[in-house]
Amino acid sequence: MKRFLTLLLREIRHYFHQPLAYIVLFFFLLLTAANFHAGLVALNREPGETSVVEAFFNTVLFWFPFVLIFPLLTMRLFSEEYKLGTIETLMTAPVRDGQVVVAKFLGSLVFYIVLWAPSVLYFVIFRQVTGQNAADAIGSYLGAYSMLILVGMFYLSIGCLASALTKNQIVAATIAFALISLMFFLSLLSFFFLKASSTLRELTYYFSTIEHMGEFSRGLFDTRPVVFYLSMTIFTLFLTHHVFQYRRWKN
Amino acid sequence: MIKVEKLTKRYGGVTAVDEIDFEVGEGEVVGFLGPNGAGKTTTMRMLACYLPPTSGRAEVAGCDVFRDSLRAREHIGYMPEHVPLPHDMRVNEYLSFRAALKGVPGRRIKERLADVCDLCGLVEVQGRMIAALSKGFRQRVGLADAMIHEPELLILDEPTIGLDPNQIRQARELIKNLRRHHTILLSTHILSEVEMTCSRVIIINRGRLEALDTPENLRSRLSSEGEVLLEARTDDPHAIAKLRSVHGVKDVVQTKLGDWTRFILHVESDPRESLHALAVKEGWPVRELTRRSATLEQVFAEVTQAEEQP
Repeated sequence: MKRFLTLLLREIRHYFHQPLAYIVLFFFLLLTAANFHAGLVALNREPGETSVVEAFFNTVLFWFPFVLIFPLLTMRLFSEEYKLGTIETLMTAPVRDGQVVVAKFLGSLVFYIVLWAPSVLYFVIFRQVTGQNAADAIGSYLGAYSMLILVGMFYLSIGCLASALTKNQIVAATIAFALISLMFFLSLLSFFFLKASSTLRELTYYFSTIEHMGEFSRGLFDTRPVVFYLSMTIFTLFLTHHVFQYRRWKN
Repeated sequence: MIKVEKLTKRYGGVTAVDEIDFEVGEGEVVGFLGPNGAGKTTTMRMLACYLPPTSGRAEVAGCDVFRDSLRAREHIGYMPEHVPLPHDMRVNEYLSFRAALKGVPGRRIKERLADVCDLCGLVEVQGRMIAALSKGFRQRVGLADAMIHEPELLILDEPTIGLDPNQIRQARELIKNLRRHHTILLSTHILSEVEMTCSRVIIINRGRLEALDTPENLRSRLSSEGEVLLEARTDDPHAIAKLRSVHGVKDVVQTKLGDWTRFILHVESDPRESLHALAVKEGWPVRELTRRSATLEQVFAEVTQAEEQP
């Protein structure tokens, strides 16, 4: 356990040791702020049932940086170690392969959470300035942010897998981007089948990230997406573990 | 300390290491020699638990490197070829991280860090970024990392490659000092280094173990055969025939050097005394009569090239 914490700490530090981290944080903050602003402008123009929280988490301006950010966060995880050869010193220290995979994954998750943390402030400031709540109930916040983390976990694990596949970071980023986009665009399927038979609609709902986010940010909690994202994350990490081991062994 | 039995590694159809057996006892310094691509690095990687063997087994300090890999790794300090290091850390940060990773208790990390920095001459660069270090210092950081958890066994893959002659001398001194506390297995191309530091030598070629002995024994293996150089002033046209008749001389090559003639004699035993007697009898003035003793270099060449000539 101590070794795992050492590894995890090293991974987290690695993120914050690079100037690139702060550039990403800065631009991400700008983008999410722009998104928040756009949401408010739209709501001002035509007020409706939608809450500010719901508006924030369901726009193109939200999804666009959301999908783009994962390859950037994960591309170096394994690729860089392969390239520098540090994988050899790392794996001849008494650590398990699984520990390394989970430490790298959790390290990226911590950075991902740090990336999103400032967005909570938008809602606090909104309340300070307007004296109104951004959502009717606390469940909206909890739902939206827990979905943010759940989807984040799944997509980060895809990024880990892509990085474990190659020692070229650009290739890793491309693979991650392709896989994540595929998963994301699958979620649009459920909108095509809005009027289709109920079975098809049920089926597409299972992997429709956009619908999940919509429901959760309204404060509706559903166990199905939770189970879906958690199990997919574990499965992808399991694959990563095997790819990592295989690459090292065939070498 | 190390026990290797029929260790084999295949990559697809290529056999990199082919059923090698050897043992290394505690406190020994063993040199691992072989041409490039002979399987040195692969063998070392298997011993360091980085690669699993295809078949056969290897034990380090009583732990199987495959089945009991984690425990075996605690006994091993491994320095890979070219010393891969992360670029984003400072020397002391990196070494503390490695110490913690290898299970050095928190309260002892500082002490170990000071010890290895002192031993490897890293005190002056402790606070520097690894990316900014010179090759010589990077090598030392790698060595410091290998021994930070006080392993019984050090596996060093070409520890002196890419160093300048001064640094090589320093590295050699360092290795000599280390053998008091560690068993050492090191691979190198520099044969004089092996003769100076190692108590035993393993020569490996095309994945096969070709020789395993002390440097002295390996040399004496060749010294029954050798060369004798004789430079004498003579115009005797039958000189070669006369030299050939001396017992032990197999072949003679003659070169004219002005007044002098150089004979290179391939000999079986040591016929220098009889050669001297012959020269005296014939009245040839002699300015040189030497026996060229075999170096490890010759042993190496003999052992590794024997198979390449069909």
